[in-house]
Amino acid sequence: MQRPKRKNPVLRTRLPTLPPAARSRVALGLTAAAALGRFELQQCRDCGTVQYPPREACQKCLSVRLDWKPQPTGGELIAQTVLHHSNDLFFRERLPWRLGLVKLDCGPTVVAHLHAGALEKVRVRAMLDRAGQAVIVALPQKENGDMADDRQLREFTCDPRNRKILITDGKTAVGQALVQGFAKSAAEIIWVGYAEPWKKFAGFDELEKIPQVTLMPLDVTDSKNVKELAAEIAGKVDIVVNNAEHHRTFGISSRQGVETARAEMDVNYLGLLRLAQEFGPAMRARGADGAASAVAWVNLLSVYALANFPPHGTFSASKAAAHSLAQCLRAEMRPAGVRVVNVFPGPIDDEWNQLLPPPKIAPAALAKSIVAALCEGIEDVYPGDVAQEWLERWRDNPKALEREISA
Amino acid sequence: MNVLSQLVEAFSSGKIRVVDLTQTLAPEFPSISLPPEMGQAWPFRIEEVSRYDERGPAWYWNNFSCGEHTGTHFDAPIHWISGKDLPHNATDSIPPDRFIGPGCVIDCTKEAAANPDFLLTKPFLLEWEKKHGRIPPRAWVLMRTDWSKREDPVAYQNYDDEGQHTPGPDVDAVKFLVAERDVLGFGTESIGTDAGQAYHLRPPYPCHYYMHGAGRYGLQCLTNLDQLPPTGAVVIAAPLKIRNGSGSPLRVLALIHD
Repeated sequence: MQRPKRKNPVLRTRLPTLPPAARSRVALGLTAAAALGRFELQQCRDCGTVQYPPREACQKCLSVRLDWKPQPTGGELIAQTVLHHSNDLFFRERLPWRLGLVKLDCGPTVVAHLHAGALEKVRVRAMLDRAGQAVIVALPQKENGDMADDRQLREFTCDPRNRKILITDGKTAVGQALVQGFAKSAAEIIWVGYAEPWKKFAGFDELEKIPQVTLMPLDVTDSKNVKELAAEIAGKVDIVVNNAEHHRTFGISSRQGVETARAEMDVNYLGLLRLAQEFGPAMRARGADGAASAVAWVNLLSVYALANFPPHGTFSASKAAAHSLAQCLRAEMRPAGVRVVNVFPGPIDDEWNQLLPPPKIAPAALAKSIVAALCEGIEDVYPGDVAQEWLERWRDNPKALEREISA
Repeated sequence: MNVLSQLVEAFSSGKIRVVDLTQTLAPEFPSISLPPEMGQAWPFRIEEVSRYDERGPAWYWNNFSCGEHTGTHFDAPIHWISGKDLPHNATDSIPPDRFIGPGCVIDCTKEAAANPDFLLTKPFLLEWEKKHGRIPPRAWVLMRTDWSKREDPVAYQNYDDEGQHTPGPDVDAVKFLVAERDVLGFGTESIGTDAGQAYHLRPPYPCHYYMHGAGRYGLQCLTNLDQLPPTGAVVIAAPLKIRNGSGSPLRVLALIHD
């Protein structure tokens, strides 16, 4: 993909529009799976039929015992068309638009948005569109190098290529791995925040050498600092990655007083609120700003946001608060088509998890998952095996997970 | 005319000038750093309550938060373990007459410029006394280093792999000031009354240990010491009346006779 032409700063910025967003409750099953990067369709527990579009009952045997199950993604493109006209505001600004019918190997025939390389044999993916709802996209059967640059596909992804990124904390190993990951993904500019600028941190020099990187003093506990940074760059940021976190390893009774817990809330919860208040409005205004528009907001949460890990009890609580606020942010960013991506890692292999036994996710692996989620259009990221396993246990029985984590 | 009316007269005729020795409280001003597993002092933070807007149509005000040891601040004896059981050792119980005293300004600018780890010694103080006279009892001894002119926080904090490098007094100098000169306290321009590397002195942080152990006070993050004469200034340093407080940010003023 060629670098888009630089924006003419005196031209009007087009307002964001959304594709049709209405879904029935049952149809949200497709969205729920797509949010995790999964392709699931309704399957009848009685006769085994896989069906699409989602309905209340099995189209073959009328059973209501329908389960959302992962399905094979292979299929054949049996018909295609190119829209040159649409009364829908979102699509009429993006014409021409290629659509087709794909006969899936698992049974149903589905309407799919077509990647330019999707011909004959295809694989499909359920992806979230700019309205945050799942649609089916047909992709070439084989991955190829510049596949992600497809114009239509880019409407569903938050690919960092040619985009301008803010990473809120460059001091941590995760922050530095994120910078490396985005630099490798050809991000155009990477602003990297660092708190307490009087203390030079390990890795500072390496970050400074990366051509896209600009280091910016940023302490998310300082409202004035956040406001001033936003005044400087919020109108340009396409992707915010809020990885700033304060992590100490205390429960209630293992630490006197509230100061540690308050510091965790100040960074993990109020930090997100400050950033969202200052950067949110400008990003919402740029949800349709050409080929490199504002597209995503990533929050580094924790799997402990789902169920409290008592040895890190106050940290868990602050992440649960941040998770709740991130859902609010998601709702507020959705009208602009800006996706809020929440990341729920298990223990990260860093100094604050020193005493936890492996497996712990390596900062580089976590960063890779985050970049991949943006490229694939995933909204809830459970990176690595530990987080995936916890996700399954949580989905299966949240109460059981609460007991297991606190055992 | 009594002394106070003479004082008022001197103010109005401009014979007495007030020098502000205080740094502005702002979020970006460096704060004390401890190892991250320890309890931490809050840096100065400020949040707007309203500004003639829907949150308060005709008024502007803020909430601020900070630790007792933020910005230009006062250290009470109770701050250190050596002063924990002394009488009148906290911000609310220190007799208020201790908040005003003569100032002796020890110029160490050349030495601090040449060596950020410069330690003020007893011989250095004796040398100063040869030129400016004996340090009177109940005086604030202020170590002038021009450190406050380091506006870049990196230079002000001056960290490297071995920690902070800022000037301060050595063990004998502190003992001398307490035992032989009966000072009110010791003040510096850097972020502590002790040197950046004072952890390695014996005892660690001697200015905290001996000053507070003897019921004396500390002032740090001072500025404008270069505007003061070596002797003759009157220093006014009254901390907030925090119950059992270990210190407080404060406005430090010096009166000088022009």
